Amino acid sequence: MKIGICAKVTPDTDARIKPAAGGEGIDESGHKMVVSPYDSFAIEEAIVTKEAHGGEVVSFTVGPESTVTQLRGSCLALGADRAVIIHDEAAIASDALGKAKALAAAIKKDDCSLVFCGKVAIDDDNVQVPAMVAECLGWALVSRVTDFALDGDTFTATRAMDGGVKHVVTGTLPAVITAERGLNTPRYAKLPAIMKAKRKPIDKLDLAALGLTADDMAPACTFTNFSAPPARPSGRILEGDVPDVVKELVSLLRNEAKVI
Amino acid sequence: MSGILVFAEHESGTFKKTAYELLGKASELAASLGTSVSAVVLGDAPASELGGFGASTVYQVAGDFSAYSTASTTDALAAAVAQASPDVILAPASFAGKDALPRLTARLNSGMGSECTDLRVEGSTVIGRRPMYAGKVYADVVVNRSPALFTVRANSFAQPTPAGGGAEVVAVSFSATTPAVTVTEAKAPEAVSVDLTEAERIVSGGRSLKSGEQFDAVIRPLGAALGATVGASRAAVDAGYASHSEQVGQTGKTVNPTLYIACGISGAIQHLAGMRTSKVIVAINKDPEAPIFEHATYGIVADLFEVCPALEAEFKSVL
Repeated sequence: MKIGICAKVTPDTDARIKPAAGGEGIDESGHKMVVSPYDSFAIEEAIVTKEAHGGEVVSFTVGPESTVTQLRGSCLALGADRAVIIHDEAAIASDALGKAKALAAAIKKDDCSLVFCGKVAIDDDNVQVPAMVAECLGWALVSRVTDFALDGDTFTATRAMDGGVKHVVTGTLPAVITAERGLNTPRYAKLPAIMKAKRKPIDKLDLAALGLTADDMAPACTFTNFSAPPARPSGRILEGDVPDVVKELVSLLRNEAKVI
Repeated sequence: MSGILVFAEHESGTFKKTAYELLGKASELAASLGTSVSAVVLGDAPASELGGFGASTVYQVAGDFSAYSTASTTDALAAAVAQASPDVILAPASFAGKDALPRLTARLNSGMGSECTDLRVEGSTVIGRRPMYAGKVYADVVVNRSPALFTVRANSFAQPTPAGGGAEVVAVSFSATTPAVTVTEAKAPEAVSVDLTEAERIVSGGRSLKSGEQFDAVIRPLGAALGATVGASRAAVDAGYASHSEQVGQTGKTVNPTLYIACGISGAIQHLAGMRTSKVIVAINKDPEAPIFEHATYGIVADLFEVCPALEAEFKSVL
């Protein structure tokens, strides 16, 4: 069985994101780039599944060739066997659906039957690509999974619904599973594995290799007018003894802010 | 093709507040565009009542939607869209909005603006305004195909005042085409409360609580006294004081309440990213240099173990 991972390389959570001059996009300079944190749970689950059931783990990324660094360090060094990078400019510049079409084509070409994704990439926060990949492939989808087990081609998963409700679901492969925090604890790479990862194969594909054209990548969504978040009105520190400031706070919440 | 179609979600026949928020905003947008508003309802709910909130037509899809299914939600919405032929589709950024709506978008070969916090009309185009990078930047999103899909965060728009009048209800049937999974068990949450992403009031605790026992003894009763949902910082969750589902921040929930009380939370960038759109932020921390104070509407520089119990008592006496 081939198990796929969709992995995106994004700025780290500690990055201070600023709009680019002119507001078309963000200032990309100087950020520490990482594999998006939720994708790390997807990678771990793919490796755990391979350890239990055998097979091969392949990661799929739409992004520039420079993502090799993060994919070697955070995917291949942890146990993925191979990485596929779709580095075509038109795919990188496309929207969620364009990227999903490219990923789905690569997953199909590699004949995977189970794909793990993070529930969200922490840059655009779209929460779109995994569901779109499932639709492009005509596969089942289970989002926000906190527990996963495979038995033959039948899986059981626990998904985190709104309001703290959890659903236990069963289904049949092929399927796209998105990883929620709590699914597992990602392992750390060990030095021999890091060295070994340097020799693992990385396939760099353009659209033609996937049977797609730049027309397939024409984005339906455009993002413009990037700006810093709306400024908050400056606040105030309440001074005094605890009993007094607590009374003052409740009075302000009620009479000034009118939120209680 | 015309009009704005709102996905009106309900829980066992009671519409969620996002249904009204979206219908109110859709009515405003439709007035600027010179078009009409319709709604889609899955399963049993009083569809006609949505007429009082601006929907002239409600497409009601028959079926059992009580246990959420990606497949039937997508297939049913696709059937309603085929019948309504809308230019714009608005949906809540709920589980279904994040799970089935992108799948529907792919089926329609269109585009979707996720988790918008505002929508406006320019010319004949609806533009979404949304946080990205967990709220570190905001951007406009335009969908240049039809229908244009947008999901909207709860609490982004005011609830409209209901007017009289019912909507025309059109029955829609659908055929299942998407591979399904079966729900074998639904587990209720340990403590019943409003989901963080929909909560009007949130009380959050950080690492300063020092233990799960103290988190339970200080933060949860304060939340209960205020009728608030309890949240936690990444540090508190990593230390095991609170559960993963309670984490607020870039790698947890992004929240949008009217009142957010941060107790013993320093205000790391990734936490601020998840709660900075809160209308009023109260920060309680004994470190006057904590970054959270730069974002707080009201700050108290004192030990949370003194402030929180006093605040709990004060809420109990006035609320």
